[in-house]
Amino acid sequence: MKRTLAYLLIGIVFGITMMKSEAASWFRIYEMFKFDSFHMYGIIGIAFFLGVIMTQIIKHYKVKSLYGETIQFPPKQKKVLRYAFGGIIFGFGWALAGACPGPMFTLLGAGFLPVGILIVAALAGTFVYGLLKDKLPH
Amino acid sequence: MEWIYEPWPWYVSGVMIALVMFLLIMVGKNFGMSGNLRTICSICGAGNKAGFFQFDWKAQRWNLIVVLGTIIGGFIAHEFLMIDDSVAINSDTVADLQSLGFKSAGKAYLPETLFSLEAFTDIKSLSLLIIGGFLVGFGARYAGGCTSGHAISGLSNLQVPSLLAVIGFFIGGLLMIHFIFPLLF
Repeated sequence: MKRTLAYLLIGIVFGITMMKSEAASWFRIYEMFKFDSFHMYGIIGIAFFLGVIMTQIIKHYKVKSLYGETIQFPPKQKKVLRYAFGGIIFGFGWALAGACPGPMFTLLGAGFLPVGILIVAALAGTFVYGLLKDKLPH
Repeated sequence: MEWIYEPWPWYVSGVMIALVMFLLIMVGKNFGMSGNLRTICSICGAGNKAGFFQFDWKAQRWNLIVVLGTIIGGFIAHEFLMIDDSVAINSDTVADLQSLGFKSAGKAYLPETLFSLEAFTDIKSLSLLIIGGFLVGFGARYAGGCTSGHAISGLSNLQVPSLLAVIGFFIGGLLMIHFIFPLLF
């Protein structure tokens, strides 16, 4: 119960952050791909910078989670094609939809109902990937 | 108290995203949103059609709670922490978008062209939203993660595959906006 509440609160902070940072705005994504503003690069840059530091500290000092468990950072599969093809396909969608999976849910909560179309379509895309997985080059 | 309604500058936003990742790590989880799409497919019975969806989705329930929070957070921010939700993008970008027909550029949070309620009945908007959403879902799973899983979590853990994926995200995004948008709009 306590843990559930923690997940919920973390999600709420994330949702507020996506909305207030304007990272959930289609316009900010467009502007980023036009290289017209530092805004999105600054956001990702700071998160990356602090992320590297915290990840290294946690790994180096073998920090335990709040519940005393060992913290694991699952390594990504050592492949090339799936990241290249999947990444480019994701990029097409990200630029067109102007939202990645997190902000889609934020925007739905903010009351932008047509974003529901994006979410259903993203579920369909995930489903079709699942069907084709074994036929695609990874 | 006026400041509370202002958008957050990039440095506050970046710190807050890092904080979200930190909190998730400290409760023993990892930051990644697109995996939820797979979980939802599994809950809806996709496991009957493809082995990819036959996994222990109950172990992913925590992440669905995070998604629920993300929805609530969007509601709170939009209802209580914003008065004017227009996004002050670069004036060159505004001019550029207006020439493409995006009249709401600089005056709204999302473009009217795609996200007004007419999107449910306008064939063009509807098709573009469906195609965009589909590519996001398909691409995220193909690449094994999205912006949160690769650009934030993966890069923070210095994963070369995540760097490849992020380069892919940018190649796709740049091609879409510079070469495909002029054909679409």
